[in-house]
Amino acid sequence: MSSPVSTAPAAAPVAAPAAVPHPARDAWRMFLRSRAALAGTLLLACIVAVALFGPMVYDADPFAIVAAPQTAPGDPDAWLGTDQLGRDVLAGLVYGGRASLAVGVVAAVLSALIGLTAGALAGYYGGGVDEALTRVMEFFQVLPALLFAMVLVTLFSPSLTTISLAIGITSWTATARLTRAEFMRLRDLDFVRAERAIGAGNARIIWRVILPNALPPLVVSGTMAIGSAILFEAGLSFLGLGDPNRMSWGLMIGSARPYLLTCWWAVVFPGLAIFASVLSISLIGDGLNDALNPKLRER
Amino acid sequence: MSTSSPPLLDVAGLRLEFRTSRGAASVLNGVSFQVHAGETLCIVGESGCGKSMTSLAIMRLFPAPPGRITAGSVRLDGEDLLQLSEPAMRRIRGNRIAMIFQEPMTSLNPVMTVGRQLGESLRLHLAMSRAEARARSIELLRAVGIPAPEARIDEYPHQMSGGMKQRVMIAVALACRPAVLIADEPTTALDVTVQAQIFDLLRELQAREGTALVLITHDMGAVSEMADRVIVMYGGRVVEEGRTRDVLERPAHPYTRGLIACLPELEGEARRTRPPLPEIPGMVPSIWELGTGCAFRARCPHAAEPCARAAPDLLPVADHHRAACWALEAGTVPAAMPAPAQGVAA
Repeated sequence: MSSPVSTAPAAAPVAAPAAVPHPARDAWRMFLRSRAALAGTLLLACIVAVALFGPMVYDADPFAIVAAPQTAPGDPDAWLGTDQLGRDVLAGLVYGGRASLAVGVVAAVLSALIGLTAGALAGYYGGGVDEALTRVMEFFQVLPALLFAMVLVTLFSPSLTTISLAIGITSWTATARLTRAEFMRLRDLDFVRAERAIGAGNARIIWRVILPNALPPLVVSGTMAIGSAILFEAGLSFLGLGDPNRMSWGLMIGSARPYLLTCWWAVVFPGLAIFASVLSISLIGDGLNDALNPKLRER
Repeated sequence: MSTSSPPLLDVAGLRLEFRTSRGAASVLNGVSFQVHAGETLCIVGESGCGKSMTSLAIMRLFPAPPGRITAGSVRLDGEDLLQLSEPAMRRIRGNRIAMIFQEPMTSLNPVMTVGRQLGESLRLHLAMSRAEARARSIELLRAVGIPAPEARIDEYPHQMSGGMKQRVMIAVALACRPAVLIADEPTTALDVTVQAQIFDLLRELQAREGTALVLITHDMGAVSEMADRVIVMYGGRVVEEGRTRDVLERPAHPYTRGLIACLPELEGEARRTRPPLPEIPGMVPSIWELGTGCAFRARCPHAAEPCARAAPDLLPVADHHRAACWALEAGTVPAAMPAPAQGVAA
């Protein structure tokens, strides 16, 4: 019961002209304020830095035999030990990061492109277009993704390209359904009508008007998709369908799997690397979700 | 407002149908009217009588799968817009006919700056460069009375008030100097004080640019203030048309009389005694209930036997004043009668 009335006008003046509120800047501030998201960003930055620059610092061939097989960690020739063939685990981690992350990003971008296009067209045009595209989506949805990817990879010899393609082709339906729902929600809103009333065509409305408004949930799901693609690649490699000529974390786990009991370090370290990457990406995704969702944004 | 010169916008016999699973429903039943350059035409009527659909039909922006124009023409400067291809129609929209919507709060794209949205129309239709569009956008914002347009141009819609947003919408609509401006209840969502400002602005811009203004409203106060001529719509038809003064002072159609009788009075007797607000009994019939006959007959105090048989055509009441009512033909309602306060009111 003090005097809120007298202080209110002074306390709430117009926003200082210097700090113009801006959606993107607001979201960025929210993102930085979340400790989990910040930790995820730092962790991912470290992993990416190791994958990009590690091979220059730690110049070693991941396929070369450097010490006796199953050397325990702590050996001066192989700090993290060697696997069942005597290959350096640390070299594998450093070099394998590139393949794993590349597959993750390429596959996620690919699935985002397919999913966005299909979802946007289905949601915007509705009717027959929607009907047809939804059937295609359902086809890919009921297809067991891992099995389908395995078939694709075995048909076209396992390489990073085919693996990325296989993951992308089997994982776009979630993005497509999300995009479709967003487009259906947005297509009849007033500002879209207003845009039509100034003579904008369909392509312009889809890509320049609706898509930017639908972006927040799609950014989040795209980020998460990188994590799932990394896991997917690890799964394929674990089953022996990885690219045998390129070291990747999945390949390391897959090849050392039978020796888990005697040579745990050859499996656990790449496993930790995958875990850390996916965790960091999930944290970033969560942070983006909170930052881009205006309802969760505290003022 | 010379009625002898050919009209700028000539809508003739426009019929719009919605095909649904319940069958075809007529939304517009032969709507005709003309607008001349520099003139303001008001379209009045309750919600659901076809005002907004008329404007969307002119722009060809009505929802297309169910909606279909089955007859009529919309001529802009003699050219029938209904015959144009969609790309050709896109070049007309926002360029020669522009539209302002009812909800300024939601009619601007929330993720685009005001300047970019304004510039869009200019770049689309007039092929301006980014810099030219920006300069012209600042000019336009100033013309619609937005202070400090150089700073405001980079703001996002959520940083502006409702009145400001509607000013921006008007600026967007007027960007390419359209020949016809359709304003669909432009002030309904705004405060009364802001309403007057927006009307002043529209009048001023119209006087400066010579734009023909089609103002859709259900506010009779706005009509008397803005309109040169009025058409009253009911059940997808024009039921009365004429010069504003004639229609407001000597309404001929029972529906128009009802609308005018419903204006609350703030002065004199009413202020002290506070009689109940007059109303027109009943509701606007849904498009499924129209059937044959006059759409207003269920609510009309003068309804008689011929009203159920067929919908009346527009009959002359006086010079440039016509109304569609069987009673006019039969002479049971004096053609020029002041709005009776208790006539159709409950």
